[in-house]
Amino acid sequence: MTDIAVVGFAQAPNVAETAGTTNGVEMLVPCFQQLYSELGISKSDIGFWCSGSSDYLAGRAFSFISAIDAIGAVPPINESHVEMDAAWAFYEAWIKLMTGEVETALVYGFGKSSAGTLAKVLALQLDPYLVAPLWPDSLSLAGIQARAGIDAGKWDERAMAEVAVRNRANAHPLAQLTGVLDIDELLAADYIADPLRAHDCAPVTDGASAIVLAAGDRARSLRENPAWITGIEHLVDSPNFGARDLTTAPSAYNAALKASGGDLSSISAAELHAPFTHQELILSEWLPGGTTVNPSGGTLVGNAMFSAGLERIGHAATRIFDGKDSRVLAHATSGPLLQQNLVAVMEGK
Amino acid sequence: MVNTPLSAPLNNAFDYTRSVGPTIGEFLTGLRRKQIIGGRGSDGRVYVPPPEFDSATKEPTTDFVDVGSSGTVVSWSWVPVPYEGQPLDHPFAFALIQLDGADTALLHAVDAGSSANMSTGMRVHARWAEDRVGDIHDVAFFEPGEGNDQPDSGSDPGAEPVAMITTPVRLQYTHSASAEESYYLRGLAEGRILGGRTDAEGKVYVPPRGASPTDGRPTAEQVELPDTGTVTTFCIVNVPFLGQRIKPPYIAAYVLLDGADIAFLHLILECEPAEVRMGMRVAAKWKPREEWGYTLENIEYFRPTGEPDADYDTYKHHL
Repeated sequence: MTDIAVVGFAQAPNVAETAGTTNGVEMLVPCFQQLYSELGISKSDIGFWCSGSSDYLAGRAFSFISAIDAIGAVPPINESHVEMDAAWAFYEAWIKLMTGEVETALVYGFGKSSAGTLAKVLALQLDPYLVAPLWPDSLSLAGIQARAGIDAGKWDERAMAEVAVRNRANAHPLAQLTGVLDIDELLAADYIADPLRAHDCAPVTDGASAIVLAAGDRARSLRENPAWITGIEHLVDSPNFGARDLTTAPSAYNAALKASGGDLSSISAAELHAPFTHQELILSEWLPGGTTVNPSGGTLVGNAMFSAGLERIGHAATRIFDGKDSRVLAHATSGPLLQQNLVAVMEGK
Repeated sequence: MVNTPLSAPLNNAFDYTRSVGPTIGEFLTGLRRKQIIGGRGSDGRVYVPPPEFDSATKEPTTDFVDVGSSGTVVSWSWVPVPYEGQPLDHPFAFALIQLDGADTALLHAVDAGSSANMSTGMRVHARWAEDRVGDIHDVAFFEPGEGNDQPDSGSDPGAEPVAMITTPVRLQYTHSASAEESYYLRGLAEGRILGGRTDAEGKVYVPPRGASPTDGRPTAEQVELPDTGTVTTFCIVNVPFLGQRIKPPYIAAYVLLDGADIAFLHLILECEPAEVRMGMRVAAKWKPREEWGYTLENIEYFRPTGEPDADYDTYKHHL
């Protein structure tokens, strides 16, 4: 099997509102320039480009085509796009590298969530016949999931708040939310979607990120400690959330089992794409006790739609680059209530 | 020039029409007569709404089961400030409700007045809409307590099974122009046409772009262009369409402004359709100054100047 690794990661700051356009060019150009400069490469060194974004978020058609201006597509480039988090574009790029057709790929994602009403826009990913017409916003649905776990005795509001406190304290330098939170103050705050309070919900974030992948010797030449992808898998649960146990995410667990070859015990750090505190509790349930969860602060300190999952892969890979860990896990989610999940396991060698 | 990006409201609206197929159609036809219908799966469970296909056997759902219009709240969340389009315009709960006789839960709204009146396990019943059309909104919302509504007895011989629904989508955005689009639009508001390029060697793009499409470098330099140019290519519009503002036939053409490297689409008027040709020299006809805004519509159209046609070599790389 071809050895494929993450060799570079760059992200735009997570911000509440960028003055830039919904096609992300302003956020992406600096990411690309940073990667070129760090790796000593140029546009022509990239064999394949793949992006993740959403026209629903942008409120306009073909926003991802405009984003290609950030690359410079003359002469033509080998390019693809997914209307999903860019973690799935990462998966497509990994497949492309596996074919041997190319030896490098640049994956990017972007989204300007502040342009519209994110909680409402996300209703459009639901069943369009019987669910979306009621406009259930993303906070309400997450509230239903959080309460299901509280009622089942799996977690409580204090445990949820503890997740917020830890992530805020761990926030990476480009995070939107940072600082020290007091748990009792958090629990005294009003609900925004009972049983959820503001600290339980990721902020609305504008952002972008990009990753360079490379195969074999090319990877070794670009980065001293590449983050080798030893497993990657994505699986789905039923979109009919009234017919499944919302307090678990079997597709995430099974993807993690497959991506790790059944060995989760030696994962020392995990970046989990959990836009709500209780979702981090669902996702970390199957990780070994000693695993460092979301050392970057995760998605609760900045939820750049359509790149937050890719960002998790980037933050996890960076721990391999820096020699902090030798085996890490990155998770991305898509769809409502942890319905669809991708897990990548990366190792230093 | 001050160049904070321009922005404006962008309100997207579309009424999607969807054919519902036999399974959702059965469910919606039931709602119209105040009957909620589930589908029995191969696992013996009653799913509400009925799934189109059984996830185990992959067969279509055919075993439809009447369930109650009262049920039990499985989980819920409180909506303190409803969004436009949600089932209620005052605070309410979204809830998963397991109807009597069902094994799965349906998402809908509960009108409970206050979150203090909500609890997991509470009993609720459907409040039916007065006018039922075969849509999920035929259940207006659920109310606390048991209901005593009965389904309309018998079938309605006059009504066809529900085959289509209309689902309106209304979304509001704030659309931001890029920095380059902003100086371009501000220029137009002053009667100037501004393009952009990476540097003196770069191609001149009008409208200016954020980055050069050839190498991704920022197009930082502004270039003012004249309002005269050459028709590179054109078409005669003969087809009427919704929103058309000029009576066909008329000319739509690509105009390459003098000094620009990319042509843009505009109208050519004061010219018989039979006379338009590649290479024809044209100039902008501006609207009266008091009508100018941040738009290319400040130029009402282009019209022939009467100069000799441009040499093909001057525009052959811009077709």
